[in-house]
Amino acid sequence: MDAFVAITGIVMPLDRHNVDTDAIIPKQFLKSIKRTGFGANLFDEWRYSDHGEPSKDHSQRPLNRDFILNQARYQGATVLLVRSNFGCGSSREHAPWALLDYGFKVIVGSSFADIFYNNCFKNGILPVVLNESQIDDLFKQVIEKEAYALTVDLEKCVITGPNGANIPFEIEKFRRHCLLNGLDDIALTMEHISAIDAYEQRRRKETPWLFADDKG
Amino acid sequence: MSGKTLYDKLWEAHVVRENEEDACLLYIDRHLIHEVTSPQAFEGLRLAGRKPRRVAANLAMPDHNIPTTNRCQGIIDPVARLQVETLDKNCEAFAIEEFRTDDPRQGIVHVVGPEQGATLPGMTVVCGDSHTSTHGALGALAHGIGTSEVEHVLATQCLIQKKSKNMCIEINGKLGAGVSAKDVVLAIIGEIGTAGGTGYAVEFTGDVIRELSIEGRMTVCNMTIEAGARAGMVAVDDKTIEYVKGRPFAPSVEVWQRAVEAWRDLHSDDNARFDKVVQIDGRAIRPQVTWGTSPEMVLSVADVVPDPQKEHDPVKRGGIERALAYMGLTAGTAITDIAIDAVFIGSCTNSRIEDLRQAAAVIRGRTIASRVKQALVVPGSGLVKQQAEAEGLHDLFTAAGFSWREPGCSMCLAMNADRLQPQERCASTSNRNFEGRQGQGGRTHLVSPAMAAAAAIAGHFVDVSVG
Repeated sequence: MDAFVAITGIVMPLDRHNVDTDAIIPKQFLKSIKRTGFGANLFDEWRYSDHGEPSKDHSQRPLNRDFILNQARYQGATVLLVRSNFGCGSSREHAPWALLDYGFKVIVGSSFADIFYNNCFKNGILPVVLNESQIDDLFKQVIEKEAYALTVDLEKCVITGPNGANIPFEIEKFRRHCLLNGLDDIALTMEHISAIDAYEQRRRKETPWLFADDKG
Repeated sequence: MSGKTLYDKLWEAHVVRENEEDACLLYIDRHLIHEVTSPQAFEGLRLAGRKPRRVAANLAMPDHNIPTTNRCQGIIDPVARLQVETLDKNCEAFAIEEFRTDDPRQGIVHVVGPEQGATLPGMTVVCGDSHTSTHGALGALAHGIGTSEVEHVLATQCLIQKKSKNMCIEINGKLGAGVSAKDVVLAIIGEIGTAGGTGYAVEFTGDVIRELSIEGRMTVCNMTIEAGARAGMVAVDDKTIEYVKGRPFAPSVEVWQRAVEAWRDLHSDDNARFDKVVQIDGRAIRPQVTWGTSPEMVLSVADVVPDPQKEHDPVKRGGIERALAYMGLTAGTAITDIAIDAVFIGSCTNSRIEDLRQAAAVIRGRTIASRVKQALVVPGSGLVKQQAEAEGLHDLFTAAGFSWREPGCSMCLAMNADRLQPQERCASTSNRNFEGRQGQGGRTHLVSPAMAAAAAIAGHFVDVSVG
């Protein structure tokens, strides 16, 4: 996983509450056995005006010009501004894969669904939670100003707007540490193999029915 | 000192190690695997030269992608076929037990786990699927995970977790006639909203929960995720123990008494402290019907479609207007005046034998309305299907005009061929009414099995609690 320290990027506003992972990446694209290539189908049903299938060449499909992702002023955005409960629904990690593949590195919103929030960190995406009035202000500013960009600094835990105003944000220490250093969770856990061994040994005695089928 | 909640007890029993920072290493007893969220995890494992740590802790089966008709022809869609074949190959390569498509025990992973006794009280249960919360009905700590975590569990049998807050949802009183577990959970979501449980582990308690069967409790816990909480659970009681007894993966006779003794402690202490308590009057719950594109957009069947002009928050008003436009509904329309084109009885929420019995009881001897173009009954597992056929339920369904299918997720998420056409309106026993969930442009109304069956016959919603 790539380390995340700080980025400056154009902000795309997606002004809806409860955006679910079915909307982020519809189910027909979940048949892939790869982690990459989902970006072309990010928000597929809102973004194109025809029905999408994995077999279709997306470059030939008709676009829904009203959808924010297709508007010229937001091209190249790396920061997605959202409302509450973003990423609710299915646990599909294809949702952060699609966002990342499209180019988003940061999602700023007033709240995120638990599983989605967790999945973001596993893929080097930083989800930032701000309060609703801060989010309201950001929506107003983004819509007023072309090429509105934010600097998101994970080292300092601060977002800085074009006018220089700083907005601090909070994040769990462990998640911040892993993201700043691009750490692989599995490798971190593997350092504690002896603790896992000891736990299993104790539980085998205390709760043998949980280990009944083990062959060794 | 305050006592412990059920969640506290389950959590503490599984902490392997507390990290220096604010996360714990939590041990996972049971990992369920399906074809959609696992291929990239197995690939990651291979690329890193790793192997599953405890093969016997895993149980796999295809459910999302598989057809519900003509199984002997295999999967026609080559992309879906490759995904199922990839699961088969991965399980074979790592010696993980799999109930393949042709196995009579195959079915929706959240129906099969408890049915087999593969998920038990006191366990931590995870799966790359958000409806893993279902298994909490047995007094387990169960929740969905993403694919990176699937790989993490395969490699280490653990997860890095931060403890959630405790929420208690207490439903007291007695349910009225025609009101089921599905109505209870939809009413809860209507009350607390789809983000109401975010950051919490939820324990369901109260007279209504105690009265529910284990299958009914599964329906409630299943949709905990639709209230924003990853894990929902119910304390162990005699019903739980009776349910588990004798199932293929249940504890053997030699250790059964010890297991039962341990399970008897799986309840919140009298003086346990919850961060949040929600109380709901069970007597006031009527059959529920969702009208919009989020499970919190739910009303009693006796209500009318809401008016966006009454909402003052402009973003929320926009949400209601968009939902009404997508659903093709007009404010003020009585729910019972909404006509339907399709019916789906199935999904990990409502495809167990009791669900099928409830639907069949409504149908008995009647036929579906002529305007209903598609009516599916998809049992949750091969064994549920066998049981239903032994009871003659399939004859009741087919005589009424339903199509009786092979087990799988089917039209709950429409990854296989079972789906709605644009603008088709469906009374569905599934769990999500998101835009496009059951097929692009499809319109989903979430209801109980009895409500779905009654709507199939009438061609529109009817109140099953009346008459």
